[in-house]
Amino acid sequence: MSNRIVIEPGAKAKHYWKDIWNYRGLFYFLAWRDVLVRYKQTAIGLAWSIIKPLFTILVMWFIGWLFSSQVPVGVPRILLVSAAALPWQFFSGAFSEISNSLVTNSNLLTKVYFPRLIVPLSTIIVALIDFCISLALLVVIMCFYRFVPDWKILFLPLFLLLAIIIAIGTGLFIGALNVKYRDFRIIVPFIVQIGLYISPVAFSSDYIYNSSRIPEALKFVYSLNPMVSVIDGFRWCIIGSNSTIYLPGFLISIVVSFFFLIIGIWYFRKTEHSFADVI
Amino acid sequence: MEPAIKIEKLSKKYILQHQAKESYVALRDVMTNNVKKVFSGEKSTRPTTEEFWALKDVSFEVNAGERLGIIGRNGAGKSTMLKILSRITDPTEGRVTINGRVSSLLEVGTGFHPELTGRENIFLNGSILGMGKREIQAKFDEIVAFAEIEKFLDTPVKRYSSGMYVRLAFAVAAHLEPDILIIDEVLAVGDAAFQKKCLGKMEDVSKHGRTVLFVSHNMATVTALCNRVAIMEKGRLKEIGDTEAIINSYLHAGKKNTGGYRDDSPASANAKLKIRSIRILNNNSLSVSELNNENKGFVEIEFEVLQEGRGYDATIQLNHFQYGVIFTSCIKDVDPVESNTKVWQKGTYKYLIELPMNILRGGDYSVTAASAIPKVEVLDVFEYETTFSVFDSISPVAKTTEGRNGAILPVIEWRKV
Repeated sequence: MSNRIVIEPGAKAKHYWKDIWNYRGLFYFLAWRDVLVRYKQTAIGLAWSIIKPLFTILVMWFIGWLFSSQVPVGVPRILLVSAAALPWQFFSGAFSEISNSLVTNSNLLTKVYFPRLIVPLSTIIVALIDFCISLALLVVIMCFYRFVPDWKILFLPLFLLLAIIIAIGTGLFIGALNVKYRDFRIIVPFIVQIGLYISPVAFSSDYIYNSSRIPEALKFVYSLNPMVSVIDGFRWCIIGSNSTIYLPGFLISIVVSFFFLIIGIWYFRKTEHSFADVI
Repeated sequence: MEPAIKIEKLSKKYILQHQAKESYVALRDVMTNNVKKVFSGEKSTRPTTEEFWALKDVSFEVNAGERLGIIGRNGAGKSTMLKILSRITDPTEGRVTINGRVSSLLEVGTGFHPELTGRENIFLNGSILGMGKREIQAKFDEIVAFAEIEKFLDTPVKRYSSGMYVRLAFAVAAHLEPDILIIDEVLAVGDAAFQKKCLGKMEDVSKHGRTVLFVSHNMATVTALCNRVAIMEKGRLKEIGDTEAIINSYLHAGKKNTGGYRDDSPASANAKLKIRSIRILNNNSLSVSELNNENKGFVEIEFEVLQEGRGYDATIQLNHFQYGVIFTSCIKDVDPVESNTKVWQKGTYKYLIELPMNILRGGDYSVTAASAIPKVEVLDVFEYETTFSVFDSISPVAKTTEGRNGAILPVIEWRKV
């Protein structure tokens, strides 16, 4: 018979990734459930996908204006902020959902077998859909300022992919920890809150890297934030010629992103067999 | 032919931490414990841990097409076994080889989302249980008809009555078509008519040559459904064999207690009610393990109400070892309306239930008992299954030595018209 299963202690599934592929139907249904449930019994429903990023943009725009952070010549400040707020909004949504997904789906984990990675991965879909809707906001702002992006906009999906990688890496790590230590349920919103201020949303990375007032060591610490590369990348794609990327900082940030991805998957796989026992 | 399931020396160890009261560990506890360790300079401050073998050296095989029942008391390792077989948790030692597609049903309605409609939940639950989208679509109408919820297909399940909810959940599960089906006591839900339907469906499943693993603590249900039985005790396999042989040895062991059990263990802190004893009494009010259907026979139940409250109800279930459930009877049956408003004061209550001896077949029976606030919560399930046998001396079968089908033997007058 082809369907032969051997259960042994610590047996790392030999066909781990193939198994995940076989369960893609479940991935699809879980994502579909999350999308359906998202705005059930809300008055304005889908409009929330616009309102949340809109207010983030407005507040960050106001803060940038208040402290008169640098804006490249010929670029409206609100566009600079939007190009950063949207990927940030995506990351914070995806990261929080992934981190909490295992605990919220604990009834599934303790009752049915499936590759555990399906649960956190399927939650990204909701965040992606929210992101796509909020892109409309960006288009409206661009139209309003008659701002035409150049060919670099074609690279946007690459940076979205990078944001997904960061969200998965950090989310899996924190999510797996959350199964055992519920402290992380409290830490997650805190990380998201702090992250908004240490990422270049209200200001631009150019300012940090070009400032003589900021010590080199601090610049290095700044570039360790993986979202810096995503946001800089988004700005580079959207604003185009008026935006530059500080390459060393950008590369460090990308390396950190992949480091998180590897750590996240490693820790998740290491602990997943005991999820049902400790959750 | 290879066995459908082969279990070799399966063991599962849990570490019990006596200090931790929460079900999960907070980071703070880990840190403070480590700090304590540093300052006291000794290892003994570690929370006292104890190894607990939920399962130890269990080996057996299940052949394809067999219906194996696994029974045992609470803590015998049944659930752990199920979890390992369903690949939810890893064993500590040993090895299981499974040949065929497995579906396990540890709960009815796993993954149901209250906000989603019946239609949506059928798809969601089906895919969680391992069905493909096309498979669900093909069986969709059948599932809906089985659950009898046609009218409410597009209503969110949170608006369903508990009965409808369970029916829908079971309907999806009942339409799984795996080679091997692993079932926990999910049948203990829903109304009687629906339970019967489910049992029928399960028998269908095994007739189609599928392997069924059924776990229960009710000996009679298992023996009625399965052709082989495994008895587990304290994490070990105590006995395995053909149903008949197992019943005999089980009953033989049961003879030592004279048709009754008493449980005087302390109740948990928030328990509202605890069942204390079940006895089988004959017409002289003597506790016995054998009744003759010539005479009267009674079940005596004693329970303690620990918190004053409304709507409490107790149930006894009479099971025949070959025919399964014969009937269930509740206190409130006599006056369903009044019993909803009656306030139960704290104290001990004792009831005597007369068995309809004149229609009972000869053979081996068991009585199980539970208490609940119907449709709200389960208050207590009596852990012990009281066994007794009935000697038939009055039925037509006894008088004529003819065979006769059916779980009961009523003598009914045929009036000529």
